[in-house]
Amino acid sequence: MYSDTVMDHFRNPRNVGEIGNADGVGEVGNPVCGDIMKIFLSIKDNIVTDAKFKTFGCGAAIASSSMATELVRGKTLEDAWELSNKAVAEALDGLPPVKMHCSVLAEEGIHMAINDYRKKQGLEPWVEKHPHSPDEDEGRTCQH
Amino acid sequence: MTDPTYSYTVKSMASERIVYMDHSATTYVRKEVLDAMNPYHAEHFGNPSSIYRIARDSKKAIDAAREQVAAALGASPDECYFTSGGSESDNWAIKGIAYANRKRGNHIITSKIEHHAVLHTCLYLEKEGFNVTYLPVDRYGLVDPADLERAITDKTCLISIMYANNEIGTIEPIAELGAIARKHKIPFHTDAVQAIGNVRIDVNAQNIDLLSLSAHKFYGPKGVGVLYVRKGIPIDNLIHGGGQERRRRAGTENIAGIVGLGKAIELATADIEGHNRKIRTLRDRLMQGILSTIPHARPNGHPERRLPGNINISFEFIEGESILLWLDEEGICASTGSACTSGSLEPSHVLLATGLPVEVSHGSLRLTLGDVNTEEDVDFVLSVLPKVVSRLREMSPLYNRKEGGGNVQ
Repeated sequence: MYSDTVMDHFRNPRNVGEIGNADGVGEVGNPVCGDIMKIFLSIKDNIVTDAKFKTFGCGAAIASSSMATELVRGKTLEDAWELSNKAVAEALDGLPPVKMHCSVLAEEGIHMAINDYRKKQGLEPWVEKHPHSPDEDEGRTCQH
Repeated sequence: MTDPTYSYTVKSMASERIVYMDHSATTYVRKEVLDAMNPYHAEHFGNPSSIYRIARDSKKAIDAAREQVAAALGASPDECYFTSGGSESDNWAIKGIAYANRKRGNHIITSKIEHHAVLHTCLYLEKEGFNVTYLPVDRYGLVDPADLERAITDKTCLISIMYANNEIGTIEPIAELGAIARKHKIPFHTDAVQAIGNVRIDVNAQNIDLLSLSAHKFYGPKGVGVLYVRKGIPIDNLIHGGGQERRRRAGTENIAGIVGLGKAIELATADIEGHNRKIRTLRDRLMQGILSTIPHARPNGHPERRLPGNINISFEFIEGESILLWLDEEGICASTGSACTSGSLEPSHVLLATGLPVEVSHGSLRLTLGDVNTEEDVDFVLSVLPKVVSRLREMSPLYNRKEGGGNVQ
């Protein structure tokens, strides 16, 4: 059911852990829905210098967290913000349709961490350009 | 690993060790059962409805299997009808009785923890104008007979309560529930798919009017089951067509499957106590091993009144699918009540009905032991599972919080 890349990131997740005194932290999901992602970012000179995660969830949720943190490392905040859930899923060589919401969580977790940083800096939080609707992944997004 | 059939089919799939602990999902077919079935594919292939000798051989084989089923249930052979399996038997029992008994009323009583073959059939009948009461269960998954008695109205036309639950293994007080149904003269159906071979069943002593069973849960083939219908209980047909099964269930008989079911139920009910003792001993050791090595683990189901091979346990702060994926990496086959493997949003309706919080239901693991499991299998699972749980907890933001925060890396 999962691609080899998903299984690789599930078995050997990259960037597991927390960053003490992270510059931006985002937590999305809900234990009732069965998945929570917490993303930690270190940011220096507008560049994501480190990204780590803690995730409670299924194989796809863990793999999506791992891939998303890999993809934003070294990026400018503007580029990191542009990371879409589809890009995360593609980098994982695809996710089953019922698991696409895991990649959405990863995108939202990164966004929340970036805006947490912007708020701490006294900057306006960025606005979601393409907010995700609950129906886009076949209505499988938890409503809790 | 005592059965040669099993070692052939499972061992050959992978070079590494496979520990199968998902016997409630399905079982392998026993060698004796396969041997009994084999002649009925190419050799004795006659249609039992025809009149020539090779057809009569098929007819005789079906009659013999029907007697084996009847003996296992304490029933008469002409009360046992072969079907395509548990889902068909449940559908037939519920729709067949509801429609045949509609004049009496349109009220059905069942429980919240039934298999989907029962629950979804009841939901369908609700759309057809029936009213359904879904009885609650206690924290162990038991239906309270007093609740059943209170739910009965003069419109109740059917009561359907499962014999043993497929997820948490709880064995319901069937004889007592059946006695209440009998007192009110309401047909009583039980889905006994998980019970066969684990519990001594006697349809008369236990006041059962209809009973569903499926061969692949007791080392028989898939695609064949039985509905027992007590003589004199009116029931509409589900499958219309030819006059097979005493005009109650049309379709040319699955002869090999029926022969296999007959042999399998005979073997499964030959020594229920011995089978229980062996499997319960292994199960209890596995359960104690898990509870003594893994903190924040909650057993689900009843401590004593449960299927001998069933373990259902929730590990807090982690999610079931990721447990299964890691166990699969190690060659252990298990299952979970987490929503993530069911393709639905909600976790197991059974665990939720017992009052388990939703977030804890997501972390449930079901291990169901069977005839092939050994002491070594138990040791192997005990060597793997604590590592899997602690690895997943280390990356869970919930666990860290519970343990008082701090950086784990």
